Amino acid sequence: MTVNMTKGQAISLQKNDGGALTSVRMGLGWQAAPRRGLFGTRTREVDLDASAVLFADKQPVDVVFFRHLVSDDGSVRHTGDNLVGGVGQGGDDEAILVDLQRVPVHIDQIVFTVNSFTGQTFQEVQNAFCRLVDETNGQELSRFTLDGGGQYTAQIMAKVHRAGAGWQMTALGNPANGRTFQDLMPAILPHL
Amino acid sequence: MTAELVRGQNHPLPGTRLEIRVSAGKPIVAGATLCDERRKVRGTAWVAHPGAPTLPGLEVSRQAAADHRLAVDLGALPDGAHQVNVLLALPVGVAGPVTFGSVAAPFVAVTGLDGTEIASYTITDLSAESAVVALELYRRQDAWKVRAVGQGYAGGLADMLADQGLPQARELATTINDAVARGLARSVAAPPPRPADEARVRAAAQGHPAPGPQSAPPEPAADPAQPVTPAPQPGDGGAPQQPGDGSVNYTHPRRQTSAPPPPPPTAPPAAPGQPAQPVAGDATGWSLEERLYNQVWGMFEDLARTAAAYRSAVDFAESRMEQELDKVLSDPRSRIGGTGDAARAAARARHGDLVDQARAALDRDLAQLAAEAEVVEPALPPAFADWSSPVWHAYRVPMEIPMALRLGNLHLPERPDLHIPMLVRLPLERGLWIDSGRSGTDSLADADQLRRLALDSAVAHAARLLAAYPPGAFTVHVIDAAGTGVSAFAPLVDAGVLAGPPATGAAGVTDTLTRLTQRVDLVQMAVRGGVADALPADLDTGEQLLVVNDFPHGFDDRAVTQLRYLADEGPAVGVHLMMVADREDASEYGPLLDPLWRALLRVTPVPDDHLADPWVGHAWTYEPPMPPPGSQVLSHVLRRVGEARRTGSR
Repeated sequence: MTVNMTKGQAISLQKNDGGALTSVRMGLGWQAAPRRGLFGTRTREVDLDASAVLFADKQPVDVVFFRHLVSDDGSVRHTGDNLVGGVGQGGDDEAILVDLQRVPVHIDQIVFTVNSFTGQTFQEVQNAFCRLVDETNGQELSRFTLDGGGQYTAQIMAKVHRAGAGWQMTALGNPANGRTFQDLMPAILPHL
Repeated sequence: MTAELVRGQNHPLPGTRLEIRVSAGKPIVAGATLCDERRKVRGTAWVAHPGAPTLPGLEVSRQAAADHRLAVDLGALPDGAHQVNVLLALPVGVAGPVTFGSVAAPFVAVTGLDGTEIASYTITDLSAESAVVALELYRRQDAWKVRAVGQGYAGGLADMLADQGLPQARELATTINDAVARGLARSVAAPPPRPADEARVRAAAQGHPAPGPQSAPPEPAADPAQPVTPAPQPGDGGAPQQPGDGSVNYTHPRRQTSAPPPPPPTAPPAAPGQPAQPVAGDATGWSLEERLYNQVWGMFEDLARTAAAYRSAVDFAESRMEQELDKVLSDPRSRIGGTGDAARAAARARHGDLVDQARAALDRDLAQLAAEAEVVEPALPPAFADWSSPVWHAYRVPMEIPMALRLGNLHLPERPDLHIPMLVRLPLERGLWIDSGRSGTDSLADADQLRRLALDSAVAHAARLLAAYPPGAFTVHVIDAAGTGVSAFAPLVDAGVLAGPPATGAAGVTDTLTRLTQRVDLVQMAVRGGVADALPADLDTGEQLLVVNDFPHGFDDRAVTQLRYLADEGPAVGVHLMMVADREDASEYGPLLDPLWRALLRVTPVPDDHLADPWVGHAWTYEPPMPPPGSQVLSHVLRRVGEARRTGSR
């Protein structure tokens, strides 16, 4: 069952049967919005980028984005940059895989962000979504819809953080502006 | 809030202890110079660069990298230093971009020690420049400020340093480029892309659209040589082989079968809560050999990453403890009674807890890898196996060239007894330099002992190469101009596996080099002209290895030029170089020989931590693969090779 999350909602990443999640994927998909013009069907390319920032006690320790696809410890992997979106027509165009059991002990929060590298606001993007999937069985845990979002170019999607012995996810859905995750750092810090 | 600076803009700095972060997407060099109040660099001692990374109050990286962190303590700078210039430059003399116009705009940020960004600057509008002053930190009425400079130099570091008033600018630029190239030459070549592998869940799908200009993936430790492209087989002169009847052969030249490979052995299902039992060959590949190769590289990556996780956690624990202890020290309440002691004890306990947890995670991974190594090592074929492995006793001369060769062992200080085989692809893509010098090693062995050890390990490497190739497919020539290696080369000479007796004297050097140079010329011409069958019938089409001892003894200028030519052009046509040399011996040639050393993979005759992995860049300790003391395995194997060479049989 998919939870359509609302801002600030927290879900525990425990499975229904009580077992802890071991591996999750943050998937991002989108299509470019059609544009009116001389050639009516021409679309403008939209490049959204998914990033994950690993924090230890509010200090950024490592980051996984299109220029650093694997965290040094190997626990977080980006499947590669997609510059145009819309490939799967509803599938994930970019994905970040997190092996929760291998996340180093001092990392207590992982924040996922989405940026519009080409600078379009989310108003100009169609069918954009971001979702969290249990990678072991493909079950969708939560989903955000991004399009029609308004005049901003980035969103701080969600954070996965340690809670007791396991992990918990909190949906953030906080709009922001910036081209890459670096621009978002000031906006991320209040959510830690 | 970060100040995003534009060119020329300045911004006050809140403190004197700072970090400067650089990210460029491609490996670049980062350095810094100090200026006095008249904006002059007072001498080479005021320049921090990869060859001399530390100055008072300043530290830069030792090698080119896509990301840098420079530590700066403005309060600790030498007297008279009023300004710090942060420089970026592209590495010279290696494959890669030569101007900043062809790389993504570099990004620099000044941050506090806690990582909060103070100011950042993206250096745009660069084109033909190969070096750029990114930022300057300067003093104004006892306060420090940062200015975004972005001044590029098409003439590279030399022009930049000259512009800052340094008289020895050109010499220093050469020194810096040299240090960077040495750093690049140190790195282990990246493995071929590893296909997604069920056994290693973390492998991710690679099949995404071609990356655009801003999506360059991280360069693996900046090694230009990717082992995925094997050199053309001299046997067929690089031309596609055609069957006799004139029809076109559509089979893949290096893939024997199009039938799906037999499934890899799978680990038996693990008991709940227990890690799976490791199995040798538990990786993807078309043959057991390829699966073992991929498995070994997988273990290498896993060890690099688990060590990275551990080191990062320990660093974090230490910096947190230091901060907490500082806070106790500055808090006046801590002077009352035992409050301060209790707070200090709590900080230390938090540090201890985190380090213990990190160590537990590391130990869990190390135990798993050690168990894997225990089953993988005995399963390795001779070319991958340690000399102590029993497969060498049952050695038979192979019919096919193996895909890789073990050049030694690698280990990390966290677990020195966990050895990762260092496998390099065959045919060799780079020659080898067995460093017999004392520079760079902290070994206690004296100079003569080191030279002998270097010769012995050269013989062991050569023996392994000879044993890996089918009879007649690999020929070894030896140049030993002064005859100092007679006793070390004896096993090769006695077994009759050399092309001829070691060449001595200046005449022997000239003769051997001329023959090999001619061979390179001929094969190159034939390959370029597409007339492989026009080669003389008596030309040996196998791979050639030239072992050079005592360089540059017996070499005149012409011979040195020929050697450099062989190092550059040889690997592509199957002529490889193995230098047993101390770089100091050839110092009279100056920078002339730098490209030669750079073209070779440096290995040492004694354990030495000079190799970097392609993922995280840890310093790994390399150990040469030597037969166990007293073992006859080397002479046994060489005898087999010699017999096969004489009889042409196995």
